[in-house]
Parts: sequence; structure tokens; C-alpha cells
Amino acid sequence: MRGDQINLQNIVARSASITPSPQVRQGGVEQVTKLIDVSVCIGCKACQVACMEWNNTRDEVGHCHGVYDNPIDLTAESFEVMRFSEYENEEGDLEWLIRKDNCMHCAEPGCLKACPAPGAIVQYANGIVDFNSEHCIGCGYCRAGCPFDIPRYSERDNKAYKCTLCSDRVYHGLEPACVKTCPTSAIMFGTREDMLDYGAHRVEHLKGRGYENAGIYNPAGVGGTHVVYVLQHADKPEIYSGLAKDPQISPAVEAWKGITKPIMSAVLGASVLAGFFHYVTKGPKEEPEDDPDPENAGRAREIDRHDGEDRP
Amino acid sequence: MSVRVSRRSFLKLGAAGLGASSMAMMGFAPEQALASIRHFKLTGSTMTRNICTYCSVGCGMLLYTRGDGAINVIDQVYHVEGDPDHPVSRGSLCPRGAGVLDFINSETRVKYPEVREPFTNEWKRISWDEALDRIARHMKDDRDRNFETHDDKGQLVNRWLTTSMVAASACTNETAYLTQKIARALGMLVVDNQARV
Amino acid sequence: MTNHWVDIRNANVILSMGGNSAEAHPVGFRWVMHAKERNNAILISVDPRYNRTTAVADVHAWLRTGTDIVWLGGLINYLIETGRFHHEYVRAYTDASHLVEEGFGFDDGLFVGYDPETRTYDKTNWNYQKDEQGFVVTDPTLEHPRCVFQLMRQHYSRYTVDMVEQVCGMPRKKVLQIWDLIAQTSAPDKTMTILYALGWTQHTIGSQIIRTGAMVQLLLGNMGMPGGGVNALRGHSNIQGLTDIGLLSNLLTGYMGLPAAELQRYEDYMKVRTKQPLLPGEVSYWKHYDRFFISLMKDWYGDLATAENDWLYDWLPKLSQPLYDVLYAINQAAKGEMTGTICQGFNILASFPHKDKVLEGLSKLKYFVIMDPLEVETGEFWKNYGEYNPVDPATIGTEVFRLPTTCFAEDDGSITNSSRWLQWHVKAAPGPGESQTDMAILAGLMMRLKKLYQDEGGAFPDPILNLTWNYTNPWHPESEALAKEANGRALRDITDETGKVIKRAGELLDDFSQLRADGSTACGCWIYTGSFTEAGNMMARRDNADPYGVGTTLGWAWAWPANRRLMYNRASARPDGTPWASNKAYIWWNGERWIGADVPDYPIFTPPSAGVGPFIVTQTGTGHFFASEQLNDGPFPEHYEPMESPIDRNPLHPDNPLAFHNPIVRVFPSDRDHFGTNDEFPYAATTYRLTEHFHFWTTHALLNAIVQPEKFIEIGEVLAAELGIAQGERVRVTSKRGLIEAVAVVTKRMVPLQVDGRTVHQIGIPLHYGFKGVARPAHLTNSLTPFVGDGNTQTPEFKSFLVNVEKL
Repeated sequence: MRGDQINLQNIVARSASITPSPQVRQGGVEQVTKLIDVSVCIGCKACQVACMEWNNTRDEVGHCHGVYDNPIDLTAESFEVMRFSEYENEEGDLEWLIRKDNCMHCAEPGCLKACPAPGAIVQYANGIVDFNSEHCIGCGYCRAGCPFDIPRYSERDNKAYKCTLCSDRVYHGLEPACVKTCPTSAIMFGTREDMLDYGAHRVEHLKGRGYENAGIYNPAGVGGTHVVYVLQHADKPEIYSGLAKDPQISPAVEAWKGITKPIMSAVLGASVLAGFFHYVTKGPKEEPEDDPDPENAGRAREIDRHDGEDRP
Repeated sequence: MSVRVSRRSFLKLGAAGLGASSMAMMGFAPEQALASIRHFKLTGSTMTRNICTYCSVGCGMLLYTRGDGAINVIDQVYHVEGDPDHPVSRGSLCPRGAGVLDFINSETRVKYPEVREPFTNEWKRISWDEALDRIARHMKDDRDRNFETHDDKGQLVNRWLTTSMVAASACTNETAYLTQKIARALGMLVVDNQARV
Repeated sequence: MTNHWVDIRNANVILSMGGNSAEAHPVGFRWVMHAKERNNAILISVDPRYNRTTAVADVHAWLRTGTDIVWLGGLINYLIETGRFHHEYVRAYTDASHLVEEGFGFDDGLFVGYDPETRTYDKTNWNYQKDEQGFVVTDPTLEHPRCVFQLMRQHYSRYTVDMVEQVCGMPRKKVLQIWDLIAQTSAPDKTMTILYALGWTQHTIGSQIIRTGAMVQLLLGNMGMPGGGVNALRGHSNIQGLTDIGLLSNLLTGYMGLPAAELQRYEDYMKVRTKQPLLPGEVSYWKHYDRFFISLMKDWYGDLATAENDWLYDWLPKLSQPLYDVLYAINQAAKGEMTGTICQGFNILASFPHKDKVLEGLSKLKYFVIMDPLEVETGEFWKNYGEYNPVDPATIGTEVFRLPTTCFAEDDGSITNSSRWLQWHVKAAPGPGESQTDMAILAGLMMRLKKLYQDEGGAFPDPILNLTWNYTNPWHPESEALAKEANGRALRDITDETGKVIKRAGELLDDFSQLRADGSTACGCWIYTGSFTEAGNMMARRDNADPYGVGTTLGWAWAWPANRRLMYNRASARPDGTPWASNKAYIWWNGERWIGADVPDYPIFTPPSAGVGPFIVTQTGTGHFFASEQLNDGPFPEHYEPMESPIDRNPLHPDNPLAFHNPIVRVFPSDRDHFGTNDEFPYAATTYRLTEHFHFWTTHALLNAIVQPEKFIEIGEVLAAELGIAQGERVRVTSKRGLIEAVAVVTKRMVPLQVDGRTVHQIGIPLHYGFKGVARPAHLTNSLTPFVGDGNTQTPEFKSFLVNVEKL
């Protein structure tokens, strides 16, 4: 958790960039991980409040939708929300499963791969995937590329936002705001090794209490995540308000993987540049037809539609 | 002794390498360098230890204020987080405590003494002197009119039952003690607090 | 709390009942989760709702609101009949062996001495038998038919599992599963803690529910034990402190009582209040009442208070009824018999039951003063807020003053948490605008009153003119000066038995054993003595070391009494002075003195062989199953139905209408017409807090408004389907007293219960939201609640009443 894990020298991946980041000083940096133990969470939303307080965001005062969830979904000002689901198990007993939903900080981040704006999304050597808002062009591809549907677009400044894992705090040797405030230690933070050890211990504890399928959620499809869950029913992640069972980066986004290949870079560079000019001349929203990949374009169209619904 | 901690001792307390807060200081051009990492917002602030005002767990709080107490500045609390030294809360705060900043700085804080005259529909701003003079006059008039030295059985009771006092739930013990002392000296019995409610 | 927050982690079983600590005290609740992690503890949640505590509980059961005594009484019966109680503890440390007077009895739902006219009990016979010397007669075999153990056994024999199932609506299998888990803590190396809050308190039988919980803990040997105790989770940050300071109608500081009018002579008052031991050699700490009382009067009136004038006893106001509580105050106001009200940071319009009646009362006052940091509803009771407060200001003649006060971030001082810790805090910034501290406002008023009485004379000015006021700046008393005053100081040199001077005149006292009954000490609040000594402000201490690893941090802040963290901790050791179990070692006798992790709650050099009981505040040194005259509605708790019940009889006493509701419940005549019946209002409702909000304050805090923006009610899926209500639709809830409208949260977490042959649906109504602040405006929940109080404390019955629900 040393502060020097996040700095220019320690960026391991950068969106839509042609030149590689400096690599030499990445050795010895510890990977960090946030562990969310759903079995200990009481759904108090302290994390949501601390997140807004630290990040100086204030979402709308919305409405009650007949459930405890509020705000009802992630927004550009709510980087995380608690999702409540009432689940009746095989024995017919009621379980109230409460999951903190926020960026998973994937080891192979789909958002970063999908992002056409150079340097708008970066991944640090410690595992944090951060949005560099200065460079964001507001195209929304990051959301399309995210297997967890996390980033949200702000109409105020036409940029995308998500949890930064409090990179500003972590840089200064502190834990993220949600972690610090959590009343029941449902959210823990530390090196990846320590968190996976602690998670394994918690899983054993839960098994001892009869949760035979307890496990750690650290999906391989995205190379593992720097936010992991301890679930009582790891065999059925979908019962936790639709947590993806086997998240994968969409094949369309995988196409962007060529990003670092020299042969592609010129083409991509041109395409990104084209997108950028489009942004400058026509506004923040990328028109789907501008996308070189037809499937990607379809996704982007879908996002536009959703965004329209989300906003009053 | 004040436990309000100065910036210097805050640094000494080891709350991370605050000196290196700005990437720009390290020679990077901001937009290239890492605009993605927000400037650390606690750098240079004053930290004061407090206890949460909401429930009875009594969590430790760190209040971060803008301003260093110099005479030319009006300090303002701009961030609150948990006190990791506190044996009960160990740095945690619940959603109420974590949001206490918006209570402290609420737009609906009362800022001036006001009066609503009988049968009117508005607040009128008045001075402290006017407010306390008028209230004291009401109290004395009522006490003089309705003070009972004896009850109907002729027993000495020395009490004032026609003005009641309901006390707070979050004021300090010292305030509570002053209230108790004054209320009984005035002979008040209709005194209650927010326990049980 | 008899124990403290961190101590919860020492428990093996945690019973969360009459409270929802995860919701109301999330950070305190961390220690429940620690207990689960450390000790593999079992968390049991018994509640009308499946709530946030239940979400992480190991076992849970739905209970009909207001039937806790039946469930706990059934548990007492189960523990006794199965023999699964802590035999040695019960024999040695409780009043089980004490014989009760022959005249005491219980028949068809009423104890001996009931007068239906006055609706009160004559408690003369509710007492222990005494011998010629005035000591209690005991039978250590526990077999005498008049001993407390046998009477208790007989009393609860009616509380069978079938009765529990019938009254509480809980399936017997579930009942027995939970009782079995609880009974395991009768072992000396296992403890259960009970965490309760207003879910037990806010009933017409609230005090007795709590007592039943305490009796269970005595039977299991869990009092005085780490990880045990009966833990009231106080609601507000300093409501413990305000109660300690005695800001209740009938109290002085430190739980001393104001005198009743009948006690005209000081000697009579002292006779009633001074508690002499009822068994030979017992401590009976209240025998020192005169020391506490005289020191208080010396603090208030200084040199004027002398032995010759009975320490100015005559100057104290005297009571003609047990309490002049908030319900009384509002009732008087509604009758037009109250002139003014001073409201210090208390949103009474929103917090009291039957909002319309509160409104009526406030509207009839001549003057009303509200001191508050926020623009709360109460200050604007006269203002029209449409459907939420439909009043006509032109008809309301109350003169209203609104005074801006600072909040916690803007003043210095101590507040007392639920663990009885006095924690000092420091001002971080000035308050907004012209806001002032409460102390400056109170001092401003008192200085003016002193001057007015000086200049004009008036009714009995003596206590006003002579009240001590030794503050450096009389208009702005400092917190530290008040804290020292509460702690107490020597007025003359004080000596010990040998004549050695232990305190010089003017010095602050170290502990309440230094208080004197001869006028040589002044002390504002005897239980706070030791909080601010010559060594400094003990409440500001910050050493969080826990040398024994049991979660006791004696160097952090200061706890009353005497910095003791766990009350009755002598009971954590066997009669011979060794711990009951090595994993529960807390304090013990080392051959010379008591030592261990805490300040012993016991005379420190009294050896186990002396046989002095561990409960040093009681007159017998034992824990009491039998409450004698302490409570108004009986020495053993008995179940009575809420004033508004979803069933038509008390199944325990089906044929005695006098025993349907609490026979001594106080109802003002004008409120009789405001109770509903279950034909008109078929659903049992209960009110509560949400974790995102704190009463009506956080509706002014944007962050909290965002995460829970709008008023809702909780309704089970079955009832919602019957009424055609879908999730998120708006509903109207009505009671005999008013209505609210809210969004429906339709949930599996509330289910219909089978009670006394019928189906009972329960409705959950959060307390929060009003017409001020930044959350969505709403009707006040207390538009619905009944104006009736507990038989002992007059706490309103917010937790059980009847409503109807319709879709809008």
C-alpha cells in the first residue's frame, strides 16, 4: 500500500496509446485488492455516503422505488450502490443478500480496452483502474466494454465516471473511503495476497457455518479482479442482484487488443483521431456508425438508448 | 489541553507522506502526468478530534477544517472521517456519521435569532438581546403569576408548573448540568428529555 | 448498558430483541460480527420484521409486536423446568432464596392490592419477609413455597410453549430451537449478551419487558460476566448523560430523586431515600445518599446551605404525582393550562405521539422557545405546509422564538455514550451566523432573570438570587468549569478515618468515596466524581491500550461509576473469588485484593470469605428476580396486550377485562376516544429508525437524503397481494388519530402471523421524514401513534398500535 505504487512510472496500461508506458520501475510494487464480504454486510450504505463525501459528489434526491436500494442505480455521481435482493434458499428460508456494486478493477479491464481516447483510462501497477477525466471524450465505449456495466456518463461535463478505488487516498498511503468507514469490516483492503488469504479464511468460516458453496468471487474471465467478493453462495453469483456468473470482455472489445501491435497502431491512431475530431466538431457522443467495428457500434447504440432512459 | 492537532503535528502523526501531494511538484506537467489522480484534499488542513453527535455508540470523529486558526480566517469543516484510535469505532462511521458534514453545513441551519409574532405568518430577525429580554420577561411574568409555594393540602412545594422545559439529546453534560441547576432553582418540575423517544 | 460496546465481542450468543442494532447502531454492531468471527458466536434475531440485523443473523424468528414478555416468560419457564440455568450463580448471587411476605399473590392477571378506581396498586405486601432484626429471611435450598424461586416458577408455569405460539405467533419448533441455543449459555464458560433498544421500551409494558430480559440473564448467570449483561442501546449521543444528570421531571443528578410533597421534612426524605442493608454485612451503596445529596445542595447554594436549614431542602420543588413527563406537558398545554415551553434541541412536533394533539397544545401556549441548530418542524408548527401541516397561522397566537445554537462540531464538552463513557470533544470551527452555544443562551437567560428578580422582586426569588454562579465570565460559563463543578471539590480539608488529610480545601475530588455528609464537599453529580480531577480532564484521555485482551480500555475517556466498564463485575468470579471459567476471567481475588481487567465493582479489599454479595447497589447484595415495590405494575413481569391490539383478549387472562391491557396504564380522559379497534384498523403497526437516517436531523443532510430520499412503509407480500398493492405504489395509512401517505415497500421480510386463532398482519413504518429539510417532504409518522405511556416511565407506545392501509 505504499504511495509510490501509483505514479507515472507505474502505469502498466493506458487506453488507446501507441507508445508503451515506462516499465523499468514497476518491479516490487504490491498489488492491492478490496475485499467485500457479503456475508458480513448489513447494507447500511455508509460506504455509499463516504464515497460521495470523499469524492465531493452529490447525487439527486430521488424517490423510493419500493425497495431499499437508493439511488436505484449507479450514476456519474454515485460510484457505488448497494443492491438488495430477497432470496429464498432451497430450505425455504429467507436470505437478504446485499451486495455493494462498484467497479471491480479488473486485471484485464474491458473499459480500458474499449476506450478510444488516449490515456483516458489507465491501469496502475498496483491494479487500480483509473479514469483520467481530462482525456475522456465521453463516447461511452468504456461502459460497453465493461462486463459489469459500471461506468456512467455525466451530462454535466460529457465525461464518464466510476469508482477510482480512491486512487488519491491510496496514493497517500490511505485505504479507500468506503473501506475505512465500513462499520462491520465487510469491506477490507490490503495487498492482493493478504486479501485472498483473508478471503480464504472467511470462506472456511462460512463453510463451517453450513454454507457449503461459500467462495471467493474473483472471475478468471477478466483475469481476476482487484475487487473481490466473499459470497455465501459462490456457485450462484447471479442471485446477488445479477452478479455476472462468468464475466468476459466482449469479443468486440477483444478486437481492440491489437492496440499495442505496431501494425495496427497507425490505423487505430487514425481512427481514434477521427473520433476525436468528431467529438470536437459534433459533440461528445460518438455516433455508432463511426465505430470501426459493427458490433461495437451496436453496443454503443444500445448505451445511448439506455442513457436516454436513465435521464429524465 | 487542546487536542486540536496542528498541521505540523498531523504530519508527525504519520498520516502519510503529505508533502508529496501534488504531482506537479514532482515535475510532471499536470495534463500529461496524472490528472487522473485527484489532488489529496486533506493536505494542509487542521484536524480536530470529536465524538459523533448522532447515536450512543459515541464513535470517534476527525473533523478537517479549512483554515489554521489564524485570526484572519474563519475556519470551516469540509471533511469528516472516523478516528482510527477510537476503541469502539476504530475509524469506522455509519451512513449518518459519514454524512455528518452535510448536517454541519446544512443550508437549513438556523443562523440568527428570530421571532414569530402571534397570529402572523413569518419569521422576523431580531437581536440576541431582544430575544433573551423578551423570553426572560415571559418567564418571569408566568412564574410570578403561577408559582405555587403550597399545594392544596397546605404542604410546602415551591414549584412552577406552567412553563415546561424539554431538553436535548445531543447537548453536552456540562450544558445538561447548567440546565438542571437553573431549572430546579426556578422551581420547574415539568422537565423532560428525549430519552425513550 | 451494563457492559460496553467492545465487550459484545466476548459473547457466545447474542440475542438481538427489541432492537435492530445493525440498523440503529452499525458501528457498535461491528462487535457482534467480531464475536461471530472470534468465538463462532450465534446471533439470534427476534423481531416483528426481518431487518438488517436479521440479514447477518444465524437464527431468526418473527414475533408479534408487544408480546416479548410472553416469549421471555416462556423462556424462564423452560430454563427452570429443564434445569438449564446456572444453579450455583442463582443460589449465591440472586434473591432466589429470599422469602416473600405471605400477603403477596397473583390472581387472574392482577397482583395483590389492585384498586380499579385509581388504577393503581397498593404495594405494601410486595416485599421480602424480614426477621426481628429487619433482615430478609432466606431458604438456601430454594424449596420453601414462599421463596422467590418457587414463586417465580409458579408465576411462569402458565407461559408454556403453546401459549408462546398462540400469543406471539411463532411456531413452536422455532421457539424451542432458539431457547435451546440460549440455554447453552447457562454453562459457566458461555455467555449471552442481550442487545435491546426502544423495541422493548416503547410499550405500555416496556419496563417489564426489560425486566424479564434481566431475569433471564440472572438465571443464566450472565450478569456481571464479560460477553453478558442486559444492554440498552441508547438512541441519542448523550441521552445517557442527560439521564445521569437527571433532566427528567422527578430526578436530581446521579439518579437521586426529587422529594414528593408528602415528605415535608428533610428527615422523612432521607429515611425514604437512604437504603440500609437488608442482609448482614452487605454494602447497599445507597446508604450514603446523604453524602450525595448534601454535596449537591452545597454546589447549588454554597455557604447558604447548612445543616441547620436542612441544606435548603425546602427550596427544592416537590412532586404531587410521580412524573411530570412530556405526555403530561402536552396534555396540560392542550387543556390550555401551560403558559410556555422551552424546547432545547428537541423536535417535539415530530417526536411525540399523536401529532394533532401536540399541535393543539403548542398552539395554545403563550410563548414557545426553540433552541436548535436546524430549522426543525417544531419551530414552524404554526406555519402551513399544505397537507403535511394544514394549519392557519392567523388562528395561532403563540409567540415563537427561534434561537440558533451551535452543533457538536462547534462547542467543547463531554457526552456520555451507551457504555457510560464520558468522552470529551473539542470545537473545530465556529457555528454559522450568530449561533451561540446552549450554555451561553441559558446563562443569558439566567443572568437576566437574576437581574429582574433583583430589581423587581417576585415569587420566591431566593433560589434564583442565590444560585451559585462562580464562572469567570458569568455570561459564558466554560465547559471545563461546569465539568469540574459536576465532578466536585473539597470545600474544607477532608480527612480519612485516621485523621489524615486526603484533600485540601479547593481541590477536585478523585472519587465519590471522598464525598462527605457534613457540608465539606460540593459535587454536582456524584456518579461523575472522578471525571475531572487534579490530574486533569479524565474524559479527554486517549490511551486505547487493552492489556488483558478482553476489550477493556481503562485509559480511554472515563466511565461512570469510578471508571468501571462492566457493571456488577464481581459476579464474573465464583463465590470463592476465582473466575467461573478461564476464558471468562475478568476480575478475581489474588489473596490480598481484587484485581483484573477492570475496576472491581466491589470493596477492593473485602475477601471472598466475607460473603458480601456482588450486587452492591441492592440492599441485599443480590440480583433481584423479585422487584418488590420498585415497579408500579408488579414484582414479576406479566404480559398485557398493547392499548391497541389486533386481538380481542389477553390469551393469558381471557376472562378478565381488567387484565387485557396493563392495569395501571396512564390514559388521559381526553385520549380515550382516540384509540382504535381492530375491526376498523386491522393491522398491527410498529415504528422504527432506518440506518440511513437519524430521526429528523438527517433529512436536512443531503448525503443522507440521497441514500434514502422518501417516506415508505413496509408491508408483507401476502397482505400486499390481498390489498392489490404493488411494489413502489403509494399508499395511505390511517389510524384513529391521523394519516400518512408513503411508498409501499412490498417485501418477503414481513409475514402474516397466526395469533390466537386469527391471522395478524404487521405493518412497518419508519419514523423519519417531515416537512423540513432536503429529503422528500412527508407526513410525520407520529400523526398515527397513540398518546399513552408505559406504566412506569410514561414512554409512549410507539411500537404497537393499529392502522389500516389502502392503495392510493
